[in-house]
Amino acid sequence: MLTIREFDTRAGERFADGEIPGFVHLYVGEEAVGVGACAALEEDDYITSTHRGHGHCIAKGLDPKLMMSEIYGKRDGYCNGKGGSMHIADVDSEMLGANGIVGAGPPLGTGAALSISQKGEDRIALSFLGDGAVAQGQVHEAVNLASTWDLPVVFLIENNQYGEGTAVSDQHNAKNLSDTAAAYDIPGINVDGMDITAVNEAVTEARKRARNGEGPTLIEAETYRFHGHFEGDQELYRDEEEVEDWRKRDPIDTFSERLIERDELSEEELGEMREDIEMEIEDAIEYAKNADDPTPDEAYEDMFSQRVPDIDLFVEQANARADGGTRGGEF
Amino acid sequence: MASAELESQETETMTIREAIRETMREELNRDDDVFLIGEDIGVMEGVLDVTGDLYHDFGPERVRDTPISEAGIIGAATGAAATGSRPVAELMFSDFIGVAMEQTMNQMAKMRYMFGGKIEMPVTVRATEGGGMGAASQHSGTVHTMIAHFPGLMAVAPGTPEAAKGLLRSAIRSDDPVFFFENKMIYEQSGEVPVDEDFTIPLGEANVEREGDDVTVVATQRLVGESLTVADELDGDIDVEVIDLRSLYPLDTDTIVESLDKTGRMVVAGESPLSYGAQAEVVSRAVENAFYSLDAPIQRVGVPDTHIPFGPSLESEVLPDADDVRNAIERIA
Ligand SMILES: Cc1ncc(C[n+]2csc(CCOP(=O)(O)OP(=O)(O)O)c2C)c(N)n1
Ligand SMILES: [Mg+2]
Repeated sequence: MLTIREFDTRAGERFADGEIPGFVHLYVGEEAVGVGACAALEEDDYITSTHRGHGHCIAKGLDPKLMMSEIYGKRDGYCNGKGGSMHIADVDSEMLGANGIVGAGPPLGTGAALSISQKGEDRIALSFLGDGAVAQGQVHEAVNLASTWDLPVVFLIENNQYGEGTAVSDQHNAKNLSDTAAAYDIPGINVDGMDITAVNEAVTEARKRARNGEGPTLIEAETYRFHGHFEGDQELYRDEEEVEDWRKRDPIDTFSERLIERDELSEEELGEMREDIEMEIEDAIEYAKNADDPTPDEAYEDMFSQRVPDIDLFVEQANARADGGTRGGEF
Repeated sequence: MASAELESQETETMTIREAIRETMREELNRDDDVFLIGEDIGVMEGVLDVTGDLYHDFGPERVRDTPISEAGIIGAATGAAATGSRPVAELMFSDFIGVAMEQTMNQMAKMRYMFGGKIEMPVTVRATEGGGMGAASQHSGTVHTMIAHFPGLMAVAPGTPEAAKGLLRSAIRSDDPVFFFENKMIYEQSGEVPVDEDFTIPLGEANVEREGDDVTVVATQRLVGESLTVADELDGDIDVEVIDLRSLYPLDTDTIVESLDKTGRMVVAGESPLSYGAQAEVVSRAVENAFYSLDAPIQRVGVPDTHIPFGPSLESEVLPDADDVRNAIERIA
């Protein structure tokens, strides 16, 4: 949780300073959901993520250096600089991608679970989705397929109370999003998403069901994003008081206090952890800043598994342009 | 570079973003059947700040925020249009058409025809296109070719504030479905716009933005401005005519042919991926209708069949710009 907090806080700063292009959606405040969930998974379980994916990546064990490089658009980022903040993916960590399309992850999670069951593998898939994503037709289709076929997948709704600037209650008539599980005849569980233990227990149980062939579970974790929807959001839709109230339930503070009370962690240890993490993220930023940009011709790589002459032609033209030449023939 | 349309009119200076917003305001005022529908267009004032204060002026019924449900938005707009309303739906990023494609291609586009012409389909869909802000592949696409290609849908893509205003008004007042494609990099481009609240530009009419005798550049959206810059730079050397295509469908073949009869040389520039792109339709019309006027092979400028990558060095490689237009002109001039 501390790593995510530090990573995203610093990424937000670097973005504000104009070092990072595009959009960044920060996970600050929601750390208990991603970490609680991924801690309940086995290493080779798949996850699908969302546009707010940094926390999921770190919780799944991705390297902050390579994440930061991706966010800076560098060649050795996870997607060779092609994806950026909204699209970090690492198949080697069974992390099937953050996603720029709201609601696009759950069908992929269902698909991963389908291949798991067809191959008889001992793992599961977990799809993170936002409260807003629940309004997408393809999410319904994904949950329906998974429940009809009893697939080993968990759908975890991160209800951070808003989709962009629209409150949950303006997007859904259902009181609890987990209630929608009834339509699929699967368990729908509502947990405190600011409490890492509660999330962890719910996902552990859901994983067990999935592995037992009992099909999917729909979990709704109630949480809150401390930052705007994206960095630069004017936040016209909520007041400071509401944000302050939720900040009092900071998942990192409450969990560390609990550990300290139980003598499982000391103030000094916590301080050391924070310092180490600050250094790790500082290193990641330095690394990313100094890493190489992809060269222009790399824009044409990775489209297909095979060479396509149509694209080769464009590469030749790109190289010719880089040499100061122009494309095309003489007339 | 004021166009002929502007010469006899009272005008004011505004940006493309303002032109779009003010046209919607005027049409909301004029016709009670008009309403706006889309994600975060109200309280949040639009993700790209286009709807702005309209929600505060017209309230939640006329400026309707929705859940994140593009299939629902486009489908509901289609159903509402079929039953007497005049919705203006915002798709936000044009890439999200993927989610709404069913209602677009099988319902909105076909309903009138399949009902034997017994209904009207007065729906407008606004969507923002294009790369340039590091938004990566799922928020940077230019999809207007798909829409312009599909029978039963009209598609416009303005390159100036004036075109934005005149075309959006025509789109809203049209009894047929019109997609209005905005390019996100030119929202702040400003220019003269008629103040007349009935100013329209007919759907299917291109505009000669700059006259020239040597090479015709047919451009859309961001490439209109870039081509005008190139034309100025080449002035005295190569005399470039720049046409803002404005309407992708219907497509103004006459204006293109007339220009080609004069110049004999043509570059077609837009941000659609090249293969099977909107540029290709312009080339086909030119070849079919002005073949004997051609003095050189027609050149296309567009995105070279890739998605729009995130990293700045990659993104700028695939995005067509002024240099690409200049190179294309110089190859054939
Ligand atoms: C299909 C689609 N529609 C709209 C958007 C624009 N958009 C990006 S994030 C977002 C809100 C998502 O809300 P939620 O699912 O609750 O996730 P949160 O941002 O709160 O984590 C929207 C509308 C998108 N990326 N994809
Ligand atoms: Mg949300």
